[in-house]
Amino acid sequence: MSDFTFLYRGRDTTASPEQMQKTMEKWRLWFKELGEKGCLKDIGHPLENVGKVVQGKQKSITDGPFAEAKDVVGGFTLIRARDLDQAVELSENCPILEVGGSVEVRPIQILNM
Amino acid sequence: MELTDHLFRHEAGRMVAVLTRIFGLQNLALAEDVVQDAFCRALELWAFRGVPENPSAWLMTVAKNRALDVVRRERTSRTYEPELSRYLESEWTLASEIEEMFREAAIEDDQLRMMFSCCHPRLQEEAQVMLILHILCAFSIDEVANAFVTTYTAVEKRIPRAKKVLAGCKKLFDTQVPRDFSARLSAVQRALYLLFNEGYHGASAEFVVRAELCQEAMRLLGLLLEHPLGATPSSYALCALMCLDKARLPARLDASGKLNSLFEQDRSRWDQPLIKEGLQMLELSAKGSSLSEYHLEAAIASIHATAPSTEETNWDEIVSLYDTLLKLRPSPVVELNRAIALGQRLGPERGLEALRAIADWERLGKYPFYQAAFGEFELLCGRLMAAREHFSIARSLSRNRMEREFFSGRVDACN
Repeated sequence: MSDFTFLYRGRDTTASPEQMQKTMEKWRLWFKELGEKGCLKDIGHPLENVGKVVQGKQKSITDGPFAEAKDVVGGFTLIRARDLDQAVELSENCPILEVGGSVEVRPIQILNM
Repeated sequence: MELTDHLFRHEAGRMVAVLTRIFGLQNLALAEDVVQDAFCRALELWAFRGVPENPSAWLMTVAKNRALDVVRRERTSRTYEPELSRYLESEWTLASEIEEMFREAAIEDDQLRMMFSCCHPRLQEEAQVMLILHILCAFSIDEVANAFVTTYTAVEKRIPRAKKVLAGCKKLFDTQVPRDFSARLSAVQRALYLLFNEGYHGASAEFVVRAELCQEAMRLLGLLLEHPLGATPSSYALCALMCLDKARLPARLDASGKLNSLFEQDRSRWDQPLIKEGLQMLELSAKGSSLSEYHLEAAIASIHATAPSTEETNWDEIVSLYDTLLKLRPSPVVELNRAIALGQRLGPERGLEALRAIADWERLGKYPFYQAAFGEFELLCGRLMAAREHFSIARSLSRNRMEREFFSGRVDACN
């Protein structure tokens, strides 16, 4: 088994309250399923969509996020899966895909000696 | 913890109402932004962390804190409700004032103020209903368009235009002034009646959409009945009408989308507790000297709701109620219903006569049930060809799949 992160990008800020409630229920259901499969290592956190970016040797500080709304990471989760293929398969039911967002699936590096 | 159905939608309506009371009608868009933001937060936090103990209170607290932020930040750049400005200008009174505005009773009243504000005399009835649905029931433009079976572009034009009229008022309607309240009450009742009818008779093929529109109309009417000036006999009559009609909805329209006429409905599926409530409301409405159209419609609905079958229905009484209703509110749809009832009482030939006698029949030209009424009576007279002809026209006029299937069934019945 290996660990992966799911990085969620894109939020639909124009949905109606009714749609948002439905979307939220879908997320809860999806997390529940991941948990039942034993694949949820850490549910992670949603992130505020404001913050600061510290950059370069000059340590310049700018307001973030900087990219377009659809590219901003809105949250993350730690997943435990057999391999990348299974992790990807797990991500396919993520509700964010229904509102035009994306899930980035990234293996967490480990040191194999 | 599980959320109740439509919690977001109902809370959104409450939040916009109270925030608009704080920010003023001219800042409706700001109130809507704050609410939208609160729901974006709730969606993400609750998805990850679970739904809090008291979700409504959680949402209201977010809205309240945001309101405080906004007022502090934009104290000088915006103008608020004149009567509130003096409290909001001072940090001494700000927090306690906002706290006060978020009391449950205050929020109830704010929703009522918004409802009355939406029924502005400069707005057409349909625009008033759409606005109520959009602001107080938090239907998006899409959802309003879906409910009214019209295009997104049509609603997208209409709602902002109506909002502009609202913004021009600056102040929310004051529900504490009896003269103003009474003057606008009938417009508010009418809007809720139309909202309910859109659910009951409207063109949407989806049972959920229909049931929800009826439910929303009843929820808002409940707010009106809570207000001492709103609990009039005609409001009770309207409530009776809604209960009695809604009680029959599950049999009229089943979840699979099949439409059943009154004559073929399985009466055991009528909601008896709701019928009982409707009859109680009808009793409460029997006060005072003025007879509203809602009294008459509720009385007709009560006869249907308590009759064991169509044969054992008191059609005499129904025809005479329709006669009175016609004097009060002449309309070709009322005439059509009267003709159908008359045909039940005196036979199909007399029913056909009454249908032909409808004065303003051109206005029913696109209404499929007008042609269908001819079809039913012709069928009862045994003139299959004529009946089939009428049902075919009705089918060509149908507004959705559900109606089309229903009329197809009637065409087939003419073989």
